[in-house]
Order: sequence, then structure tokens, then C-alpha cells
Amino acid sequence: MKEYELVVIGGGSAGLAAALSAYDNGLRSILIIEKEDYLGGILLQCIHNGFGLQTFKKELTGPQYASLFIDKLKERPEIEVKTSTFVMSISLNKEICYSSSVEGYNVIKAKAIVTSTGCGERSAGAISLPGDRPSGVLTAGLAQKYLNIDGYLVGKKVFILGSGDIGLIMARRMTLEGAKVLGVAELMPYSNGLNRNIVQCLNDYDIPLYLSHTVKQVVGKKGHVEKIIIAQVDSSMKYIEGSEKEFECDTLLLSVGLLPNNPLLVPLGVKMNPKTRGPLVDESLQTSIDGIFACGNSLHVHDLVDFVSLEGYKAGRNAAKYVLSGLDASSYINIENKTCVNYVLPNKVNVNNIEDITISFRVSRPFKTSQINVYQGETLIKKIRKPYMLPAEMETITISKDLLINKENISLEVVDA
Amino acid sequence: MHSLICIVCPRGCHLEVDDNNNVTGNFCPRGKVYALNEITHPTRTITSTISVEGGKINRVPCVTSSPIPKENIFDVMDVIHKTKVTAPITNGQVLISNILNLGVDIIASRSIERK
Repeated sequence: MKEYELVVIGGGSAGLAAALSAYDNGLRSILIIEKEDYLGGILLQCIHNGFGLQTFKKELTGPQYASLFIDKLKERPEIEVKTSTFVMSISLNKEICYSSSVEGYNVIKAKAIVTSTGCGERSAGAISLPGDRPSGVLTAGLAQKYLNIDGYLVGKKVFILGSGDIGLIMARRMTLEGAKVLGVAELMPYSNGLNRNIVQCLNDYDIPLYLSHTVKQVVGKKGHVEKIIIAQVDSSMKYIEGSEKEFECDTLLLSVGLLPNNPLLVPLGVKMNPKTRGPLVDESLQTSIDGIFACGNSLHVHDLVDFVSLEGYKAGRNAAKYVLSGLDASSYINIENKTCVNYVLPNKVNVNNIEDITISFRVSRPFKTSQINVYQGETLIKKIRKPYMLPAEMETITISKDLLINKENISLEVVDA
Repeated sequence: MHSLICIVCPRGCHLEVDDNNNVTGNFCPRGKVYALNEITHPTRTITSTISVEGGKINRVPCVTSSPIPKENIFDVMDVIHKTKVTAPITNGQVLISNILNLGVDIIASRSIERK
């Protein structure tokens, strides 16, 4: 059985960064397995610009951003790549079963594994979309793939449910390609997308955004969607009588959330975070199973690819350290989320492995002015003020190790200030 | 007084421009440039795809080499729709030169091999 030091499963932005940093940190026997025909993952269909501002200080399109990493990979020819190859399972002793049209079924072994298997979109079934089940109702990301990779416009009169970034981006894309986008409905009283996308994707093209609205009924008796009825909801998410609006349309796009995709980790019994739907990880991005690391959107859904790449670098660096010298696992401090913090990541830290503790988190509601409080046990060890925080935007806070006073749990809360 | 949301980066700063063109609320200098542009002659970067003949993939993603005036967006899209290119295509290659005499090129944002 062929053995690698590191196998990276998923050749998108997280996996590419993980492989590169594992190489740059000393590993030479690295394999990337990618199920699609090309490396790059979801970036390849995200042809809009705005990627890489944090990392490269340039405004790149998705394919341009991916190609920078793929070019770096070509400079390191020892890194092996298998595309059009699907991993079916991994085992506790890190055997990886995959299949491809070239090799058929095969099993290999790894000293460490990085899973970077991305995320999927919530579907009509996942949100119990009311009404008929005609064709013409599809997720925004799927419509994006049809349009940007294959060149098919899925409809001419479009309504979009959910104000996630992909929905907003698709509102602009379909408008530019000749469709009429009638509106975007968002269940929450605030948008789930980045502010800049509301401005440049909706406002620029006079596309109305209906906040606190959702689809009450999909109508499509003849097999294809004919119209949808939206209604306003009150603060307990109940329809408000008489607030209904009808839109004749041939397409309903859903941009109602992304869910980490972890079909390999769940059967293995890896401990999962019910909030993120990704695995629980420590400061090294190691899961509850030694030597299996996770990064990117399969760990938690990110807003910006720059952060996915940084997380990939971190996973690759730590996987290399694990293989070459081992990671200290002697003492951990748990990290918990409290009031108005939806989740934190990592979920525990071994302070022997790091200089500072950087915690990523999301707030559970919008804040105009806020104070972030960090506790250890019952003691407040750090507080910072921050303007404008949204659930749609991931935040980070860094805590110096010197601030720690004992071994008790660290917790994070956000309050109005 | 104008209130704007900066679209230069995902931070999305809330900008204010007063009657003397003083910009506040910007985190970085690019926000000031954006705000003054936006209230005088707004521009946007446009991305789309162009039909490819003889390639392993049928569409090549493309992007304007620099932002174009907002009022020209749909005219530029018309030209992009009518254009066909032939593989192979290299990332960064000019697909349409000086589109509509705007001084802006349409460039490929992905390489495409011949079939």
C-alpha cells in the first residue's frame, strides 16, 4: 500500500493552501485528491472580482485567485495531484479509499490527513419551502455553475430567496446576462450578505430587497414554476396577514445558507460542533482524531476566501509539524461561546503550541456599537470595543497568552456598548 | 451630505461626504477615493464569460482591465455577448482590446487548453 506523509482531500482554496504550507514546512510526500477535473474548487465558478484583497492587496476574480495558488503548486512538482478522483472513506488508521476512472478502486495510507471538502447549499427541502415542487427552483450556487462554467442562463424572470452573498452575486450576474431579477426576499430584518454586495449587486441595478419577507407559496402546477407569493413575517417569524405580494417568474433561486460538507469525518466518529456543522478543532485545527486536520468551508463557512487560505496554511503547517515532530497534546483550555456569540473556533487551545490565542467567532445579531468581553472562568481578562458587527461577517479576536490567569475555560460574549 | 457604503473591500465602511467633499468614516485612503468617484463619476469592474471554440471548457471567464463608467455597463455586456474566442487561451490574455473606446480591455481570467 502506498504511503504518503500527508494526503489533502479537496483541492479548493483551503486544500491548495494546506498542501503548499505542508511542503514549505518540510513535508515532501504530499498528495492532493480532487473530485472535479480541475483544481480550484468553488473559486472557478466565482468569476466575479473582490477576492484576495486581504492577502494579495489586489482585487482578483475567483479563477485568478485560484491560479495564483495553482501556479505555486507547479513550482513544487513533488506535490502529487489526482483530479477526477473521489474519496469514498477514510479510516482511523488513516487509510484512504478512493476511486477514479484511471485507477479504479485503490487504498493508500497517510501519516496525516487534511480534510478540506468545502460546503454545500441548503436546498428547498432543507428549509421546507412551501408550495409546489416544480422545476425552476434551484440553489444560487448551482445556477452560478450552469451560467459561469457551462454558459446556460437558467431563467429570464427571476426571484431570489435569501440574501446570502451567492444570491446577491447571482442577482447581478443574471441581470448582466439579460434576465430580469424581480427581487430578493430575506427572512431576517437584516441582510445576510456583505454590505458591499447589497450596494453593487442590488442597488446598482434597482433590485428591491424585501427584509423580513419569505416565500409563502411556490406555484407551478404545470411542472415549471409560474409564480411565487412572498409575505412579510413578524418578530416571531409568523406570516403577517395581508402582506402578500405575487411575482410571476420562471426561476426561484435559493441563497439560504451553506452547510459544511463532512461525509468523511462523520462516519469516523469525529466530534462535531452542532452550531457550525464542522468538526470541533484545537488551535492546530486538529480534529478529535489525532493527525486528522480540517480547514476551509468544511470546518466552518467563511465569508472571504482570504481567510480560507490562511486557515489552509495553518492546517498544512500543523500537519507537517505533527508528522515531523509531533504536536504537544498535554494540556488544553476549552473555549466557549456565551451571550450573542453564535460560535467560536477553535474549541480548545493548548497554550504550549502557540504564542497568542486567535479566536474566530460570529455574533448572533447585528451590533452598531459593541463590546467584546473575554472571560477566563468568571474573571474578565480582556475587553475591546468594536463598531458594526453582523452575523454575516466573521470576526476575530487575539488574546495574548500573558493574559491567562489559570487553566479555566475561556469564554466570549458580546454586549451593546 | 452623501451617505455611502464603501465597496472597495469587504469591510464595507459607512462613508459620509459633506458639501466641501470631506470624507469621513473611511478606514483606509482607498475609501476616500471611492467616495469622491462615486458622487462624481461612479465606475464598476465588470466580469462575465465569453464563448470559446475548440477548448476543453466552453466558456472563458473575463474581467475588465480597470473599472468602467457605470452608464456603459450594458453596452459593454452587448459586445461581450457577441464575442467568440478560440482556444488555447492564457490567463491574462486580452480578449477584447479597448472595448467601445473606453480605454479598457476585456481580459481572460483563466487559461483554457485546446480540446
